Amino acid sequence: MNPVNAKSPRQTWMAVLARASRDDLAAIHAAIAVPAHEVLKAPEVGSVMVEGRAGGTGQRFNLGEAAVTRCVVRIDGGVMGHAYALGRDRAKAEIAAVFDAMLQVEPAGGPLHIAIAKLHSAQAAVRERTSRKAAATKVEFFTLVRGE
Amino acid sequence: MYVAVKGGEAAILATHDLLAERRRGDPAIPELSVAQIREQMGLAVARVMNEGSLFDPDLASLALKQAQGDAIEAAFLLRAFRTTLPRFGASVPLDTAAMHIERRISATYKDLPGGQILGPTYDYTHRLFDFALMANGSRPKPAAEAATRLDTHMPRVPDILGTEGLMEPEVPPPGDPKPADLTREPVAFPVDRDLRLQSMARGDEGFLLGLGYSVQRGFGGNHPFAGEIRMGAVAVEFVPEELGFAVDLGDITLTECQMINQFGGSKDIDPQFTRGYGLAFGHAERKAMSMALVDRALKARELGEAATYPAQQEEFVLYHSDNVEAAGFVEHLKLPHYVDFQGELELIRKIKAERVATAAAAAGTHKEAVE
Repeated sequence: MNPVNAKSPRQTWMAVLARASRDDLAAIHAAIAVPAHEVLKAPEVGSVMVEGRAGGTGQRFNLGEAAVTRCVVRIDGGVMGHAYALGRDRAKAEIAAVFDAMLQVEPAGGPLHIAIAKLHSAQAAVRERTSRKAAATKVEFFTLVRGE
Repeated sequence: MYVAVKGGEAAILATHDLLAERRRGDPAIPELSVAQIREQMGLAVARVMNEGSLFDPDLASLALKQAQGDAIEAAFLLRAFRTTLPRFGASVPLDTAAMHIERRISATYKDLPGGQILGPTYDYTHRLFDFALMANGSRPKPAAEAATRLDTHMPRVPDILGTEGLMEPEVPPPGDPKPADLTREPVAFPVDRDLRLQSMARGDEGFLLGLGYSVQRGFGGNHPFAGEIRMGAVAVEFVPEELGFAVDLGDITLTECQMINQFGGSKDIDPQFTRGYGLAFGHAERKAMSMALVDRALKARELGEAATYPAQQEEFVLYHSDNVEAAGFVEHLKLPHYVDFQGELELIRKIKAERVATAAAAAGTHKEAVE
């Protein structure tokens, strides 16, 4: 039951955009050609109630809320882009929504797809490093044999 | 009689300025930045996010700065901000089995699949001062990295026992209903486990720690095993109506605790291990463990146990664990009660005068009797 494996390409890039910093996205924005866009739903800060399950698998309960920012845009040509991410960064949300629209029309292998794939690997590398640091604290037990 | 009292504006404005000056401390000392608090006071930030009931590390850090490190005042600031946010909806329930593990330990199985991962913990520190931290500018040596990463899938420990039928199962009630929300509807007792868990998740760590401790010491009769404690990042997913599919919003750090408790069985339930569950934002192990202890104690009614002790009584626990409410009611005593007090004063003067008069009359009668 690993939801990461079941993601569509759009879900995958939206997850990468949500985890990116505003600086990451601004750097890509400055390096590629970006079409004009119209803001349909201005960047808005709100909350999502985060649900857990008792025991991890049982009854649902409300753990608490998380701050989330969303934005909807339409790029020239009519495609709509959506952004949803944790945090309160409105500027990041608008760029992410524009990128979401662009990625829907850009053919695979285009400059934005390549830039997002790079960002994806960078995020995976950070995660890998965190996991290897945790793995260094894994306990190796020794069994002491006493007597016969 | 109601007497309106005006005045004090100038004094209140002056106190704001004095507070700001006091908060800043000695101006010769560099000011703390919010980013410094977020990065270097992470456990305090986690506590404020839990009790403020909003995951936002930046705002929790700002709250701590603004409140001079007062965790309850900071939680209050976060709660007040939270009420201004439009709610987009509820997330897909978190999948803690898919957690990117940074710490995971079990006190019940030495060789559990995936292993015991100590992670960043104070458990094995000597609690001796590190005076090197007093001299700023020291850089810790980089943490060691193992050659390979951890297993991507680590089974939850109670699920291992579950396969033998020895563990109380955790399955959603029929229809997997939307949970009750105490921020939207008033609480009516008796309550279900969803409300108890929500209430404890935002409850005061110190209060829950004390109650959990009371359970262990015999005021509740549970001395459980820490089946598993895990901490790490978990993706939060949300299904926006206009998209119709789950969008991954990013990761939040969580601490989860599964307590395993003895249970002798009852008329309707076979002897088996029962569970207590705790879940908290950030690295908040003491909170998650305390919550799990009290969660199990509060199952007294469902398991047919006598609810004799405070930790087993849901009205007591739920009504008193919210530190923002508790602080509000305790601290409201500071507000002007001039008229109430005047009333009490009049009353006690009157009673005293009556007693004096009665005593004098009695003394008069006595004197007459003697004569």
